[in-house]
Amino acid sequence: MLRLEKLTKVYKTGDKALSDVNLEVPKGQVLALIGPSGAGKSTMIRCINRLVEPTSGTVTLDGVEISKLGAGGLRRERRRMGMIFQEYALVERLSVMENVLSGRLGYVGFWRSFLRKFPQSDVDEAFRLLDRVGLVEMADKRADELSGGQRQRVGICRALIQDPSVLLVDEPTASLDPKTSRQIMRLIVELCEERDLAAIVNIHDVALAQMFVSRVVGLEKGTVVFDGAPEELTEDVLTRIYGQEDWSETIQKVEDDDEEDAAK
Amino acid sequence: MAISTNDGVKVWQRRDRNGQLKLWAMWLVGTAVFMWSWQQISSVTTWAFFWDAPRIAADIGGRAVPPRWSYMDQLWEPLWDTLNIATLGTVMALMMAVPVAFLAARNTTPSAMFIRPIALLIIVSSRSINSLIWALLLVKIIGPGIFAGLIAIAIRSIGFCAKLLYEAIEEIDEAQVEAITATGASRWQVMAYGIVPQVLPAFAGISVFRWDINLRESTVLGLVGAGGIGLQLQGSLNTLAWPQVSLILIIILLAVIVSEWVSAKVRGAII
Amino acid sequence: MSAALDARVGKPWKKPPFIASSALRWTMIIGSVIYLVLAIGSFDVNWARVYRGLDRGWQFFVAFTHPDFVSRAGEIKVGMIESVVMALASTVVGIAVSIPIGLGAARNISVLPIYLVCRAIVAISRALNEIVVAILLVAIFGFGPLAGFLTLSFATIGFLSKLLAEEIEDMDKVQAEAVRATGATWLQRYVFGILPQVIPRLIGLSIYRLDINFRESAVLGIVGAGGIGATLNTSFDRYEFDTAAAILLLIIGTVMVLEYLSGIIRARVQ
Repeated sequence: MLRLEKLTKVYKTGDKALSDVNLEVPKGQVLALIGPSGAGKSTMIRCINRLVEPTSGTVTLDGVEISKLGAGGLRRERRRMGMIFQEYALVERLSVMENVLSGRLGYVGFWRSFLRKFPQSDVDEAFRLLDRVGLVEMADKRADELSGGQRQRVGICRALIQDPSVLLVDEPTASLDPKTSRQIMRLIVELCEERDLAAIVNIHDVALAQMFVSRVVGLEKGTVVFDGAPEELTEDVLTRIYGQEDWSETIQKVEDDDEEDAAK
Repeated sequence: MAISTNDGVKVWQRRDRNGQLKLWAMWLVGTAVFMWSWQQISSVTTWAFFWDAPRIAADIGGRAVPPRWSYMDQLWEPLWDTLNIATLGTVMALMMAVPVAFLAARNTTPSAMFIRPIALLIIVSSRSINSLIWALLLVKIIGPGIFAGLIAIAIRSIGFCAKLLYEAIEEIDEAQVEAITATGASRWQVMAYGIVPQVLPAFAGISVFRWDINLRESTVLGLVGAGGIGLQLQGSLNTLAWPQVSLILIIILLAVIVSEWVSAKVRGAII
Repeated sequence: MSAALDARVGKPWKKPPFIASSALRWTMIIGSVIYLVLAIGSFDVNWARVYRGLDRGWQFFVAFTHPDFVSRAGEIKVGMIESVVMALASTVVGIAVSIPIGLGAARNISVLPIYLVCRAIVAISRALNEIVVAILLVAIFGFGPLAGFLTLSFATIGFLSKLLAEEIEDMDKVQAEAVRATGATWLQRYVFGILPQVIPRLIGLSIYRLDINFRESAVLGIVGAGGIGATLNTSFDRYEFDTAAAILLLIIGTVMVLEYLSGIIRARVQ
């Protein structure tokens, strides 16, 4: 269970990215965070694992108050929060296998990791995960030789090998084509189900979000303006989040997509 | 095509309209500075020597040919020393330049207020002073010999390598660092996985580049007594042994060509 | 479970080595080790002398806290002016000569014989160390800043011509073609079609070269080619570390100012 209470972030420039955000994500729930760019989606995700230091408020994961931890404690808790990034953020010049194994860094001492002497159980788990996403043959390729969709799969493996209890997913499909986007989203949701993982998926594509998740949270100017099931996302709600636009197209498209999916 | 010509002319017209006077003033000042500089040089020059120069050059040239090939026997050892000064000097410099670069880069320095300025000071003082001056100084302090040359090359190279390296560190993709941090990695692990792989190609390029420069510089360190083939050059010059001088110059030229070839090959292999 | 997975699970994993051929890898590793051992072994260091020198080194270091600008102020002033003058004059002359040579050394606009001659000049200038050139020029022209000035001009030509030639080779050919299409003479072609494109870059490079020339002018004095180097050399010979420290501080200061200025100018021009 992940709980955010009165989470607020004010940047040095004075921009208020988040104000008094309260949110509870139970175990195993995949939640989509939607909102216009600049609404604070990315900041919120980064405040949870403190890549961005929140100004005030608390973040609690399974009873541990993350916002209070010191450097060592924070590192230990970060292991339980897998993160998936917009531009994959793989270390381009390392091999796929090294990228996956880097998810275990929090569990391995410096010299072992420096010499790439990871425990056999980690190595096996890395291969199993790569096999699960269909990339086991790519293990010794360099990350920059992979296509966008393949890189994001490696990113997913890196997050999962941490053995996390929550996934923080930041715009996983922003740099992918529509088909690959869907495959990646489906993969994330499936894996969360398999492992009973909670996930916050920060996503700007409303249709894609509606297709896969059970709960949608709308963020506008740093505050939660919508929290409910995907079916409840009406034109009014979207207008509240994104401003005045013609939304019938978007919503229509979702229905079409669903049918298409069902037909397969 | 005609448009691009037009464009070119237009750019020039605009600049001329607004900056015409400024431009002329700059030219005037520039010319005046140059004339003054030239006058300074010419006032301390014995022009008789200058007009005599072609004859002297021909004379020296005549005496320097043919090079004394048999002198080669005595050049192998200083050549080996020169190579060692350049190579070990580069290695030593790199070992010191890496920490300095990490302390100087904005995104890795532990303290931008205190430590970064110190690192930058080290870089600036090392870079501003030519290795020959460092050698001159070190010969006075620790005595003549290749050790002084080695240290001189090392000190001079720290700043150069550290500067290029810290610029490379500042240009890395922060997202990769963020991703490694998010896994719960320690500070050193973030360094080893997130930063080092990104700067490694730059590091290799810088090393080879500096090694090439160092080989050139270490050929003349002997002039101030800091070992290497320059020592033989100095000795030959002092005794006006021009055939030996010409042989040494040929050897130096060859060494430079070889080092440039090696560094081009290595850089090609890495990048 | 796929066959590919079966093949790998339970087996140790190793990072694929940088050099794939293990024979070549080991040859290189063993070769480097042997070289290092031989190289370090051939260093004959007189540690006693080094130890005695540490004291002098410390004196020199301390001298930086109280540099002496005054005792040899006259010599320092003459030396600094000479260095600056040499740097300025050689940069100007170097640029003037570099432009025709740079144009000649660009393969796309030059004819083969001129190209070869210009490339040869560039290659010789770049291969010869400034100090070596200075020694020869001092032997020919006598002691003094003229030799230094000529040395730096020669070095500047190699540096700028090469970069200029590369710049022209990279530049947009269409623009040069356009000028040719108007029926311009070859001189007009250079002046209107090519120079405007490379001038901003040329200015930036020239300022950078001025910076280098000043640094170099500080050492040329050691071989008698004028400039602050001679004063510095003398102060070392007399063990006047306070004066030497003062001179070094002046050099560092000037280099920093030049670097700062060149940064500003380059940013504005480009």
